[in-house]
Amino acid sequence: MIQTLIEMIQNDFTFRVVSFGSLILGMISGALGCFAVLRKQSLIGDAISHCTLPGIAIAFLITNSKNIEVLLFGALLSGLLSMYLITTITSHSKLKFDASLALVLSVLFGIGIVFLTYIQKNSGSHQAGLEKFIFGQASSLLKRDVRIMMITGIVLFSIMIVFWKEFKLVTFDPVFAQTIGIPSTFFGGFLSLLMVLGIVIGLQTVGVILMSALLISPASAARQWTDKLSVMVVLSSLFGGMSGVLGTMVSSYIPGIPTGPTIVAFMSIIVLGSLLFAPRGIIRKWIMQRKNHAVLYQLLKANSYEKIGGEGI
Amino acid sequence: MILFSPQTQILLIGIVVSLSCTLVGCFLLLRNMSMMTDAISHTILLGIVIGFFLTKDLSSPMLIISAGLIGVLTVYLVEAMHSTKLVSEDSAIGIVFPLLFSIAIIIISKYARNTHLDVSCVMLGDITFAPYKKLIIGNLDLGARAIYSSGVVLVMNLAFLILFFKELKVSTFDPALAFVLGMMPSLIHYLLMTLVSVTVVASFEAVGSILVIAFMIGSPATAYLLTEDLKKMIVFSSIIGILNSFLGYEIAAYFDVSIPGSIALMTGITFLCVFLFSPKNGLVFQWMTLRRNKHAFTKDTFLLHLYNHHGVTEEISAETIGNHLCWSSEQVNNVSSALLENGFITMQEDCFVITSKGEERLRKNYSFILEQC
Repeated sequence: MIQTLIEMIQNDFTFRVVSFGSLILGMISGALGCFAVLRKQSLIGDAISHCTLPGIAIAFLITNSKNIEVLLFGALLSGLLSMYLITTITSHSKLKFDASLALVLSVLFGIGIVFLTYIQKNSGSHQAGLEKFIFGQASSLLKRDVRIMMITGIVLFSIMIVFWKEFKLVTFDPVFAQTIGIPSTFFGGFLSLLMVLGIVIGLQTVGVILMSALLISPASAARQWTDKLSVMVVLSSLFGGMSGVLGTMVSSYIPGIPTGPTIVAFMSIIVLGSLLFAPRGIIRKWIMQRKNHAVLYQLLKANSYEKIGGEGI
Repeated sequence: MILFSPQTQILLIGIVVSLSCTLVGCFLLLRNMSMMTDAISHTILLGIVIGFFLTKDLSSPMLIISAGLIGVLTVYLVEAMHSTKLVSEDSAIGIVFPLLFSIAIIIISKYARNTHLDVSCVMLGDITFAPYKKLIIGNLDLGARAIYSSGVVLVMNLAFLILFFKELKVSTFDPALAFVLGMMPSLIHYLLMTLVSVTVVASFEAVGSILVIAFMIGSPATAYLLTEDLKKMIVFSSIIGILNSFLGYEIAAYFDVSIPGSIALMTGITFLCVFLFSPKNGLVFQWMTLRRNKHAFTKDTFLLHLYNHHGVTEEISAETIGNHLCWSSEQVNNVSSALLENGFITMQEDCFVITSKGEERLRKNYSFILEQC
């Protein structure tokens, strides 16, 4: 398999570009996903990625160009707007977090569809290609797109390293962070901004529907192996990058298989493996339980014999 | 049915679907399971794909059955994963539904290239063509099929709601009590989730999966802000759902855009209106109350200060009182002129003095403080 991989990297330019893009994307989303999962906001990625659609459509409507930077900037703005709406609705009404997620998701995605149909009716076939953001199309990645992803990735990782302490505190204990003088609302918002950025650059590859898996799955898998945030982030981005490359490889090896879903499938396999085989996973737990049962049974047995002998019941 | 124009039929479908979604949606919202709708509405694609491979027919009722089963399976998988206590419930949702959805997409793109199973059509749905998928028995054209399928689901949901209203209510608000009373909350839970899957399957054929979420969560969420009574909430959200369908349809017809999209847009607008202007909990009302309380409290602070420092010129003279309260002279002017106008205080030789009317006001609100002084 590794030989095939090396061969493909050497000979196939498209494969090189796409797999490198998926690798970066997997690493970024894996690292960012840890914070989302630990802050109990796993599904926010799903909501935000759906909510980027109106931004993409409006950006296209205003500039009338399919320039990827412009469209992604529109996506970024509407992603941030949705983040703001979700937090405002949750904090100023009795609606719970998940309800406001579902509400904002469906409404903004609906608005996106409205704009898409409007564009379709008014600018003819020129709009073709906007819909690829819904389902993603990794094979259409260009060298330029991957360069954008790489720059964003480097920026994201350096920000994460610089503000590591703050992000850690805000994730685990925002109240404590506030009391020792770290503006936790600001850093919480900053972290959310990074998340929106990570989601936006993933849209092209896997699309809005599967983007949430890229955030949640590697992080949930990494969570099973460690209790340390730094290890978890490294592991998670490793899992993410690995499934990115593997997914691209399989999908270009077997014709007719789309890249995004294959990446997600590999991630799910990693999650399943981690849930089963991790130190605190299902199998270990089951073995421990059986062992404990046996020990307890022995103890009970011994105890009752003693009683019978000692007291002569 | 043949008497109805396609436009009326579309509207009718919208209303029936919104009603059947609302009935189960209210309980999903109250059980904090809103995002489960999102998950189910995606995973039923797998059910449809499997059903299609079994029957090779896109209009077979087998598709609805297998999609419903996959919906229930989704719920079961999420709960099984959550019950290992290794992942939280929302993470479990976020792991399970993309996987099932991915499997469906992989199967479609590998094996169903040449069929009419179009992913974007399934996911985005289009109510516009619903009237042309007719139900024809013999030679009789009975109108859009979607009206009947969602009508059946509406009747089912309504029957379930009426028969098990008490059980649903208790198990939603207090599952432990429901268990003790022998109401079998887990059975009710799975019945509800089965109905949700069936509703999603029947509805999304007509309106697309995203609008299903708008119907299931959007209108109940709007109604939830308006009332705290379960029955009223269901009634309100049904009315809001109908209103949204009607207005959304009109918008779509006027601008010639996607009908499900504009109904979702309308859902957002009505929610925003209620969120901002609802008489009890609306944001504007909250803000106004806050402002009013702030003003009243500033005045009370001023009065208390005068009461406490009665006779000390330094503390209560018009020039220096600002320093003692840490207020700007502008604020002192505003507050004192308002209080002077109402006769709570008077001016005596450049000093503010509290009147008996002012003392009465203080006594009414702050007697516990005055007694300590």
